[in-house]
Amino acid sequence: MQLDFTQPLDYWWALLPEIILCVFGMIVLIAGVTRSSLEEEDGDPSFSHGAHLGWLALVGVLLAGIANGWLYGVQEVGDTSMIAVDGFRLFANWIFLVAAALTILISFAYVHRQRLQAGEFYSLILLASAGMMFMGGARDLIVIFLGLEVMSIAVYALTAFNRHDRKSAEAGLKYFLLGAFSTGFFLYGIALVYGASGSTNITVIGSSVSEGLASPGLLSVAIALLVIGFGFKVSAVPFHMWTPDVYEGAPAPVTAFMSASVKAAGFVALLRVFLVAFDASYATWYPIMWWLAAITMVGANLMALVQSNVKRMLAYSSIAHGGYLLVAVTAANQSAAAGLLFYLLIYTLMNIGAFAVLIGVARHSEEHMRVEDYSGFGWSRPVLGVVLTIFLLSLAGFPGTGGFIGKIYLLQGAADAELWYLSVILVLTTLISYWYYLRVAWFMWMKDSEAQDQHDLVQAPLPMQLALLATVAFILYTGFFPGVTIDLVNDSVHGLGNISELVPGFME
Amino acid sequence: MITEALLLSAILFVIGTFGVLVRRNAIIIFLAIELQLNAVNVALVAFSNLHGIDGQIFVFFVMTVAAAEAAVGLAIIISIFRHYETVDVNNFNFLKW
Repeated sequence: MQLDFTQPLDYWWALLPEIILCVFGMIVLIAGVTRSSLEEEDGDPSFSHGAHLGWLALVGVLLAGIANGWLYGVQEVGDTSMIAVDGFRLFANWIFLVAAALTILISFAYVHRQRLQAGEFYSLILLASAGMMFMGGARDLIVIFLGLEVMSIAVYALTAFNRHDRKSAEAGLKYFLLGAFSTGFFLYGIALVYGASGSTNITVIGSSVSEGLASPGLLSVAIALLVIGFGFKVSAVPFHMWTPDVYEGAPAPVTAFMSASVKAAGFVALLRVFLVAFDASYATWYPIMWWLAAITMVGANLMALVQSNVKRMLAYSSIAHGGYLLVAVTAANQSAAAGLLFYLLIYTLMNIGAFAVLIGVARHSEEHMRVEDYSGFGWSRPVLGVVLTIFLLSLAGFPGTGGFIGKIYLLQGAADAELWYLSVILVLTTLISYWYYLRVAWFMWMKDSEAQDQHDLVQAPLPMQLALLATVAFILYTGFFPGVTIDLVNDSVHGLGNISELVPGFME
Repeated sequence: MITEALLLSAILFVIGTFGVLVRRNAIIIFLAIELQLNAVNVALVAFSNLHGIDGQIFVFFVMTVAAAEAAVGLAIIISIFRHYETVDVNNFNFLKW
């Protein structure tokens, strides 16, 4: 099937996965209000009333996945449509769909235990994922903006979702105020790009920038503003101040969702905008990205060292991973773009997996988040202990896990662009990160439990077991046999720019 | 004319930015953010004088999004007021800011 976007109907076909997610978001919402979710309080968390809505949402994700697979057989004509139908978008969609599915799976028990409104919760997750997919597939700054807002507004609401918890409300307010503030910068950047180049279409902007038609002064200001806007969304240092607070205060499944796929959506859109629209002004944004990447990696890893709350430590760890991904954006070539996609997929899996165990240990509330709460955990719950250890090793980038392959791949991209200093910083900060990841593992295996029954109440119901099994299997699989996934990401980045080849060894 | 309009938009944006950074009342901060968004609208309309209708269409999207954001934002402010009985952001220090 060919789409040439001459008829409006072509956009419907190109947006099929997003449309399915939106429709299911509304169905779940309506199904949620037709019956009180406070019935059957003592039912099985995996199959009680609220859980039906969760399974329904999973069906929506599955159908959207089928539609996404179907889009691989569709060719687009030309490259100036508002929605891209290319491998990059489709692979990004896989990341968002996997993240949504895993988040729903690990939420069942949490939603049940905290008496959250299941319908609203799952439908907001679906709608936020649809917004992310719009961001990943957008080839027009208007669509990126709308996707960003669909995602952000849904996630603001999810952050403040637990209305009985003052921490959740406070996190929601902080996220909302700073998120809306950063949207202002992002939007002003878009307005200036539009003024400088006369279009909001990324491809058209790209050609007018490379032909020198766009006014360079206006363009530099616009790029700076866009970097601020994206910087907040991907929580790069120094725009990260909201991240630890919000990640700590938000309900744990929402934190897992935010740290994985909101960040992924930010990076995917950032990469497409800067590689396609601003490839000719690489000299302008290269130094900004370089410094952002360096400060983010160093700052976040140092701050993570002193955290005693595991959830907050994972927040800083997620900022640090954003720094590694910024290296790929700075490198701006095909292998770095492929590395970015690969790393985002692995990072999504290992981060949500780690949060799943965290939710289990916290007994579906927001307690038991200190490192000491993990002492002796490995010996009293061996399976969960081993699983969490695998996630921690993968986050640290230990050989034999997907995280290691991902980091190698990012380094490959940086080496192709001859970013030697950044590569060294990446390796050194990874070594620092071993300390705070392995500290948790050390408490789990080397310390005795504080009390005999400390870990008796740790829960991992069936949906969570499914999520853990899938993530662990994939992380080990890509750790030992990365070939298939790497071929897929390499095929996915054709058509994106390859700009740092034009300026080899730029500034270094 | 375009220069003046862009200057106005820049001034409005800076006022909004300072409002966010200086004021401590959550609702005033939110108002300052809305001012930023409207500064962008002024710029978009000014530029669409040069480049055609796209900019003015974008303004409608910005206004729609601002309305949606206001709905969720005010709901969050109400929910935090129930816990703290204040909307002064200096008091929200349960989490290390």
